[in-house]
Amino acid sequence: MSDYRIHGATGEWEVVIGLEVHAQVTSEAKLFSGAATAFGAEPNTQVSLIDAAMPGMLPVPNVECIRQAVRTGMAIDAKINAWSRFDRKNYFYADLPQGYQISQLFHPLVGEGEISVDLEDGTTKTIGIERIHVEQDAGKLMHDQHPDHSYVDLNRSGVALMEIVSKADMRSPEEAGAYVRKLRSILRYVGSCDGNMEQGSMRADVNVSVRRPGAPFGTRTETKNVNSVRFIMAVVEHEARRQVDLIEEGGTVAQETRLYDPDRGETRSLRSKEDAHDYRYFPDPDLLPLELSEDFLAECRASLPELPDAKRARYENQLGLSAYNAAVLTAEVETARWFEALLAELGEDQAQRASNWVISDLFGALNKLGKGIEDSPVSPSDAAQLLQLVADGTLSGTLAKQVFEIMLETGDAPDRIVEERGLRQTSDTGAIEAVIAEVLAANQDKVAEYRGGKDKLFGFFVGQTMKAMAGKANPQVVNELLKKALG
Amino acid sequence: MSVDTATVRHIAKLARIAVTDAEVESLAPELSNILGWIEQLGEVDVSGVAPMTAVIPNRLRLREDEVTDGGIREDVLKNAPVAEHGFFAVPKVIE
Amino acid sequence: MSALTDLGIAAIRDGVKAGDFSARDVAEAFVAAVEKGRGLNAFVAETPDHALAAADAADAARASGDLKPLSGVPLGIKDLFATKGVQTTAGSRILEGFTPTYESTVSGNLFAAGAGMLGKLNMDEFAMGSSNETSGYGPVISPWRRSDGGNAALAPGGSSGGSSAAVSARLCPGATGTDTGGSIRQPAAFTGITGIKPTYGRCSRWGVVAFASSLDQAGPMARDVRDCAIMLEAMAGFDPKDSTSLDLPVPAWEATLSPDLRGKRVGIPREYRIDGVPAEIDAVWDQGIEWLRDAGAEIVEVSLPHTKYALPTYYIIAPAEASSNLARYDGVRYGKRVAPEQGGLNDMYEATRAAGFGAEVKRRIMIGTYVLSAGFYDAYFNQAQKVRALIARDFEAVWGQCDVILTPTAPSAAFGLGEKTADPLAMYLNDVFAVPASLAGLPAMSVPAGLDGQGLPLGLQIVGKALDEQGVLDAGLAIEQRAGFAARPEAWW
Repeated sequence: MSDYRIHGATGEWEVVIGLEVHAQVTSEAKLFSGAATAFGAEPNTQVSLIDAAMPGMLPVPNVECIRQAVRTGMAIDAKINAWSRFDRKNYFYADLPQGYQISQLFHPLVGEGEISVDLEDGTTKTIGIERIHVEQDAGKLMHDQHPDHSYVDLNRSGVALMEIVSKADMRSPEEAGAYVRKLRSILRYVGSCDGNMEQGSMRADVNVSVRRPGAPFGTRTETKNVNSVRFIMAVVEHEARRQVDLIEEGGTVAQETRLYDPDRGETRSLRSKEDAHDYRYFPDPDLLPLELSEDFLAECRASLPELPDAKRARYENQLGLSAYNAAVLTAEVETARWFEALLAELGEDQAQRASNWVISDLFGALNKLGKGIEDSPVSPSDAAQLLQLVADGTLSGTLAKQVFEIMLETGDAPDRIVEERGLRQTSDTGAIEAVIAEVLAANQDKVAEYRGGKDKLFGFFVGQTMKAMAGKANPQVVNELLKKALG
Repeated sequence: MSVDTATVRHIAKLARIAVTDAEVESLAPELSNILGWIEQLGEVDVSGVAPMTAVIPNRLRLREDEVTDGGIREDVLKNAPVAEHGFFAVPKVIE
Repeated sequence: MSALTDLGIAAIRDGVKAGDFSARDVAEAFVAAVEKGRGLNAFVAETPDHALAAADAADAARASGDLKPLSGVPLGIKDLFATKGVQTTAGSRILEGFTPTYESTVSGNLFAAGAGMLGKLNMDEFAMGSSNETSGYGPVISPWRRSDGGNAALAPGGSSGGSSAAVSARLCPGATGTDTGGSIRQPAAFTGITGIKPTYGRCSRWGVVAFASSLDQAGPMARDVRDCAIMLEAMAGFDPKDSTSLDLPVPAWEATLSPDLRGKRVGIPREYRIDGVPAEIDAVWDQGIEWLRDAGAEIVEVSLPHTKYALPTYYIIAPAEASSNLARYDGVRYGKRVAPEQGGLNDMYEATRAAGFGAEVKRRIMIGTYVLSAGFYDAYFNQAQKVRALIARDFEAVWGQCDVILTPTAPSAAFGLGEKTADPLAMYLNDVFAVPASLAGLPAMSVPAGLDGQGLPLGLQIVGKALDEQGVLDAGLAIEQRAGFAARPEAWW
């Protein structure tokens, strides 16, 4: 039970959130036409006559778009409908050439499913999904290119979208954010959508209503086309607040569509009551019902990779990683892939140490460089080599950090760096003993204090010894020999 | 079913067709007449009958995911009433 | 040269092949006839160059020995088919000047088979009409006149009124039509020619301006059954660009034509005897029954119980689909645009569509919008689709007792222009016999059977099982041979 509340003048309120996420399907060609889907092309260069809705044009569905939607449904444990149908959603807008969108209302491809999200307090919440259906994306309208005209680019018109409709199960901005992040991660694991919210390949319509705890649901508003997790959470917060204030002042929440203005940090009403849409849905007569065979469904299922929850459980249970490490490493598919490539060379017995290294050292470096793991200057192979050098005693932890810095700068492999710069750690007891003797001799007063009971000074001697040996001394051996020398 | 002038205006709006007052006046009885005649369908016993979904039994074919189209901007814009810089141009829309 | 324009498709094809005359001579004769026939207003656009080029290609093909099935045959193409580089209007002002950069599959098939195009044929706007009076380019006037000497202008039927007028006036030996609720069959009956609507899905709808997607079918209109079979073979075939296209080979309909109906049963549906239909219609129907009996068929009384609901069912489904199909005519990407000063996008939509669409199209869009609108979908559209399923079931059941069905094509002979335009409903009733076969997607054809008391043609309709165009053509041929219909309109143009 979420305890997130909005504190109003007359008491506490709960917020109820549902999210409709539109995710562009990763495919070469569009849902009903053979035009390309790649982002960023010159206007109207990825438009077929079908996308432009020329007279007499007809839709023919793309198998990959269907496949990706089915795979996504399977990844969220949803019911796959082997029989589904396309319906027309009729309305007029300049980015909708047909004057209708081919969608699925009555019989969607995917039914109920669920996603498990981790919350900051360590608990897990299951968010239900109502359905997933496939539909056409609309084109793009540009309003700032000309004083009197808006410009229409149909490149995006007809690209396949999966509309993923959650149940109204979320109760806080945090839950909404966690849901979207998890959903995005799953889509990227499955490979059905790249989840690039800045480019618009994934966006959300945020449905928000408020109620007294335990009361029936209130009237909800829908804020459309929110394209970042941060904004989604901001919309929830803002809308909930706006609605509470409105109700407490004696007003009623209107069921309406709103737009989020990130510059002002507020939502505003998009459509007046007059323009209330009656979409007049009916089955698209240019298409027959979609029927999927057992073989098709089996192939979809077989093609699924290990999904984040299962992977995380395996990292914990089989690789022995901590819950925290397992969660971090499986949050994004690129990270997991990188980590597994590393383990493939290093060996799974080193998994725990490797996970710690990736999370603190590698991530630390990448953060400083402002890079994602896909652009890591250090490859999994080189990282495996580095960690192997620590495992076999060639490098101490400290030396490894040094070598890593050099790897980041030069891109060289660790064994080369070690060779060229002689950064091997030494375990030569004779040499270390000699240095220890020098250090003790130079610090006789501290030796006396240590022997007198000041245990903390041990670290001082370790530091001095390591410094004198340019950090190359094996720390365990130093420790042992110092203890012996100090008594 | 009797269709009044308010309904005619509403339907015309949904269909994005401007109608004059005279047209609305003549359309209301015309449409009422036609819709009234259509209503006899209500007397048919359709219990247990599924609406027709495919006229002749046929399977929906799925095509391969290949780029086979597009790159024809000239054709796409050829009949446009107003096209500028590779875009279709329409009266400015305020969102 | 008038002798050449008397020839039908088979005769032209065979004559060119035999070297009796050149394809060029044929084309020139028809080009001249088209010019002379302008008073009928059958053509919206004339394309003599296209016909002559195809003729020259045919003559060359004859010389090199690779003639195609329709080499030498010039045709009229209904203006509902997108023709590359040639204006395509669908009979509407909203598409005035629209020049497709693509060719419809069906017209492309015909041209690939060697045929040439004489021009684009006038039609009821967006195929909505039964008299070719709703065209934005003026009505087509039937080449037929009543024998009362009154010279009243008559309707050629619709929506393929330009096609039927042109073929019966010998402006072309054949023309394409489309049939959604009788738009090939009824104009064929009104003008004494032959026309067939094949099984739904036989001909591709790609490039055919859509009216009602689950009903539209392209088909040939010509002066006899054989010519229709020849044309249909060239038009039909699987098209992967049309999801409703049937993936089946095209049968050799012409080669297999047979008027011998021994062993066949012909069903006579009692529900098609309607009060108020002129006695002459019933008489020609009875005559047709005798002819088929003479051809060897067994005659069987059958029942199609939901017949009377077919028209209202059609007038829910067709307008509903049309209201959605015609939403793309918005002035944004092609066609007419009317953008009021200081107006916004919605103003442009409303003004464009008000100016571009005629009254009948507007009426049907409004009906369609209404029956799909919130609160009415179940009572109207969904109900209609269920009744449609029952109508199809009626036919399914009847095929247990017969192989084809014989009915009149239309409830009257051609009426005068303007006679039925006052009441839309009265116009809709013209389709009463044709619509059931459309709803069930079955092949159906009209053949001329005789003349009424005023010398106007009357047609008989044969409806067959899905995919049994052969059965329909054969029965049609049996009637054609016995009817001996040789009447032709006297040129008043």
